[in-house]
Amino acid sequence: MAAETRTPVLRFESVTVASDGELALQDISFEAYEGESRIILGAAGSGKTVLLKTAMGLTPPESGKVFVFGQDISTMREKQLFDIRSKIGMLFQESALFDSLNIQENVAYPLVNQPSIKCPPGEVLPRVKQTLEFVELGGTLAKFPSELSGGMRRRAAIARAVVTEPPLQMYDSPTAGLDPITAHTIMALLIKERDVSQATTMLVTQRFQDGNLMANFRYNSEQGALEPARTGDKQKSRTTFMVLKEGRLVFEDDQDAIESSNDPYIIKFVKQRV
Amino acid sequence: MLAGRALKNIFRRPHYGDDIALQMDAIGVGSLPVVVMIGTFSGVVMALQMSRALSQYGQVGKTGMLVSLTLVRELGPVLTAIMVAGRNSTGMASELGSMKVTEQIDAMRALGTDPIQKLVTPRVIATCVMLPLLTIIADFVGMVGGYLIAKFVLSIESRQYWSSVWRALEWNDVTQGLLKPLVFALIVSLRGCFYGRRTTGGTQGVGKSTTQAMVLATVFIFVLDVLITKVFVSQVGN
Repeated sequence: MAAETRTPVLRFESVTVASDGELALQDISFEAYEGESRIILGAAGSGKTVLLKTAMGLTPPESGKVFVFGQDISTMREKQLFDIRSKIGMLFQESALFDSLNIQENVAYPLVNQPSIKCPPGEVLPRVKQTLEFVELGGTLAKFPSELSGGMRRRAAIARAVVTEPPLQMYDSPTAGLDPITAHTIMALLIKERDVSQATTMLVTQRFQDGNLMANFRYNSEQGALEPARTGDKQKSRTTFMVLKEGRLVFEDDQDAIESSNDPYIIKFVKQRV
Repeated sequence: MLAGRALKNIFRRPHYGDDIALQMDAIGVGSLPVVVMIGTFSGVVMALQMSRALSQYGQVGKTGMLVSLTLVRELGPVLTAIMVAGRNSTGMASELGSMKVTEQIDAMRALGTDPIQKLVTPRVIATCVMLPLLTIIADFVGMVGGYLIAKFVLSIESRQYWSSVWRALEWNDVTQGLLKPLVFALIVSLRGCFYGRRTTGGTQGVGKSTTQAMVLATVFIFVLDVLITKVFVSQVGN
């Protein structure tokens, strides 16, 4: 099969991660291919965030190997990791905008500081503006993160994550702590970004409905809203659901399989669907 | 280990000049008023106390000498370092701690900057430059404070006071008085950054690491003060 010969964008090989003496991830293995979306579900403390941080090389694995774009990052040193990280866009759970910098500086930060990107100084501002337009935050360049609402902060953080157009994008609970309407807007934004950039997407969430949106909807640029994907079957095959439970990967398959699962832990996530 | 990495970064690109300047402003200019106050009053107190002790031997004229020796060797460096530890170790610990608990440090690493290079090194450099300067200022205003007492309370002549101040100082005292702030600067900045970076557990953790930074910086200042003094005193003995 074609998928076998391609190099996976992200590959975990029986990865175990310990934090503070406890095992946060145990023996995780999976592969994510180019253009694929992966929805990672799990209860609080099940290791979802650690999984993303390990994929980025922020948390070193205790054992096992992590391959990003075919390179083994588990033994890399910090200096070498910067190259890999410049190809990954990450949205942190609490946005993690630098609160001493304004929105423009925040979004420009990866363009200016990533050693392997080397964006010419003249292009920084146009790209920042363009990305902020994309997340519909055009008028906030001079504002500081503390002056923005939670949803706007999240959008600014998304802009910072995608401004370098990374081929792998990871979102850590993008809808956590937001009201349903804002959460929907954020999800629409992520789907828009996915459809425009065709990037591989890793989405960590506690809400199955986010995954459902990701799997079955696409962004209609004419109406500026989400619509059910016409090529439903194709979309579905590109979206994989993963469920983490206490650091273990207990489920990995497509949407039909997760919806028909009998596991009470998994049903808990699927049933909250609206 | 943090010390090693922070120091290695001094000679490595990229340098964040803006951050160094910003920190210098915060540490140097920000601490100036309090250092001037502390320096002046410690000079005043030293002059008052010493003159009483000296008057028993009829040597009140040597007040200037004692004031300058104690200030340059001990009080200037130690008091300034403690003030800066109180202002800046805690500041660094809480700033870096808040960044740690809100994932900003991780974000920094994710976005291609080494947090040690960007956060720790500028603070270490800025403290190492500013603390000796602040100490010199504290020494000087302390001497002026002593002078005020000498002139108006003890009625010592200006010229006699200042000449005994200058004559008291040897090279040994001056090197000692400048080496100490340099060492203290390393302690103050590295303790602050170390505890900041090690922060876990939300806002409560930030508070805890701030306190730890201050307490340990102060303790280390005194311990190292003793060690340095010991080295210099034994040198003179030889």
